[in-house]
Amino acid sequence: MSRNRLYPYYFVLPALLLYVGLFIVPSVMGAGLSFTDWNRYSPEVHFNGIENFRTIFASSKRYDLYIGNTLLFALVSNLVKLVPALFLALLLNGQVKGRNFYRTILFLPTVLSFLVVGLIFRSVLHPSTGLLNGALRGLGLPFLAGRWLSDPRLVWASIIGVDAWKGLGYVMTIFIAGLQAIPQDYYDAADIDGAGWWRKLGYVTLPMLVPAITINVVFGVTYGLKVFDIIYVLTNGGPGRMTEVINTAVFNEFAAGSYGLGTALSTLLLVAMAAVGFPLLRALTKKQVES
Amino acid sequence: MRRRQIGLGAAKQALLVALSLVVLAPFAIILSNSLKTRVEASRMELMPAAHPVWANYATVVERGKLGLSFLNSVFYTVAATAGTLLVTSMAAYVLSRRQSRLSGFLYAFIVFGIMLPTNFVALIKVMQALHLLNSRWGLVLFYVASNVAFGTFIIHGFVGSVPRAMDESAAIDGAGPLRVFFSVILPLLQPILVTTAVLCGMGIWNDFVNPLYLLNSSSAWPMTLSVYAFFGRFQQEWNLVFADIAMTCLPILAIYLAGQRFIVSGLTAGAVKG
Repeated sequence: MSRNRLYPYYFVLPALLLYVGLFIVPSVMGAGLSFTDWNRYSPEVHFNGIENFRTIFASSKRYDLYIGNTLLFALVSNLVKLVPALFLALLLNGQVKGRNFYRTILFLPTVLSFLVVGLIFRSVLHPSTGLLNGALRGLGLPFLAGRWLSDPRLVWASIIGVDAWKGLGYVMTIFIAGLQAIPQDYYDAADIDGAGWWRKLGYVTLPMLVPAITINVVFGVTYGLKVFDIIYVLTNGGPGRMTEVINTAVFNEFAAGSYGLGTALSTLLLVAMAAVGFPLLRALTKKQVES
Repeated sequence: MRRRQIGLGAAKQALLVALSLVVLAPFAIILSNSLKTRVEASRMELMPAAHPVWANYATVVERGKLGLSFLNSVFYTVAATAGTLLVTSMAAYVLSRRQSRLSGFLYAFIVFGIMLPTNFVALIKVMQALHLLNSRWGLVLFYVASNVAFGTFIIHGFVGSVPRAMDESAAIDGAGPLRVFFSVILPLLQPILVTTAVLCGMGIWNDFVNPLYLLNSSSAWPMTLSVYAFFGRFQQEWNLVFADIAMTCLPILAIYLAGQRFIVSGLTAGAVKG
């Protein structure tokens, strides 16, 4: 018992104080303030029940759309990265000439900020002078050239595409690290059993990749639900307000001084993330304890 | 059979070359257009400039106040990463070594924060009350706080692999808890500290939204905010915007190419063992 003298709890105190003070307290306080009319223009804060949530879900302002956009982005942006990244990882984990070079290149966008990536693509996707439309015209496909960031039919595809450009290499790299940890014996055994490429993928590779898949899904979903930078820079919620997500709406409410409404939206995000993320996180911590 | 394999190999190479071009083309656009005149750059062509205008870079540094915001970014990244490593390694060490109900609860409570989104509006209220709003140190403290969950999580797993006999033999020699931790344990944690530093450091260097909420005065802005403000003011002058973007990307790209192994292994840590 006296061993614990070596491990005093005051070691935990700085981390705990900062975490509680600047992370937990704002979340809890924010949850409370989401039931008030807190705003910039009045010094007093009044309890107003579920008024903010009624505004969010049952008013003509389309907050429900923004929430739907957030969920859709979290789902689609991950699907379009996970599946191609898996196949790229398999490709670059095999015998391919120049594989280290390709790994380096494909990972490159990961180290840039979303803000810079967004600005770069504001130029690339420019309807009249941008690189993409220029290339399409040059290839004799002018009918494919589009107004990528202002046409309502194209704008989500553009955002998801830019996000994949930036994020694919990271997901792929995690998969490669996972693949490298699979013992070659397993594949040899599968070869002896006469398993083909797809069977080996289904019965050896995928089950052994579960930790890497878990990591990618946890990071991908938390990122997707919290998304702000890339949308703020690319479209700022436009055209109209059709690409608005929860965190851009929070920013708008904050700028407009409607603090109660802003914090109510953040609280909804918290609930969504806890609901989606808690099981994922438990899977992750369990794995770590086992290993 | 043989011919089919060669065909497959060629298809793989073609796919990889095409993807690499898709990744590299925007970088080529940035570099070539950052050296053009305003009129040339407005066409945004891939062709390199006939007469490179190096003065664009000088203009950007001067008008975009890039020097100051570069220093700000360096300060936030270094100070907050160092702070995170210190507080999370101490916490992870004690929480991993103690095997009580309380330590288990505290660990779960801290790790729960990985899933927590920031409530910015309420955060501002709290920061204001603590006189941490619009303050460089305030932002640093917030970064440390927001990295506590993740840092403690990754370091906790590693501490388990350091034998307890190390702590105990040091204690028998008469060292107190602080001595044991700083002179025996901390050096052994070095690999995981590098990983944590890479993860936190890159996140902070590239962060945009937190300073957007927490800093008003442009003299405290990091690179990301300055670049965005610069873009707002000079949208018609793509040559300058591209020069600005290039200068923001170059330091981090150089660090990536030089320390690629560290960065990739840092970012993928945990993917293997889970």
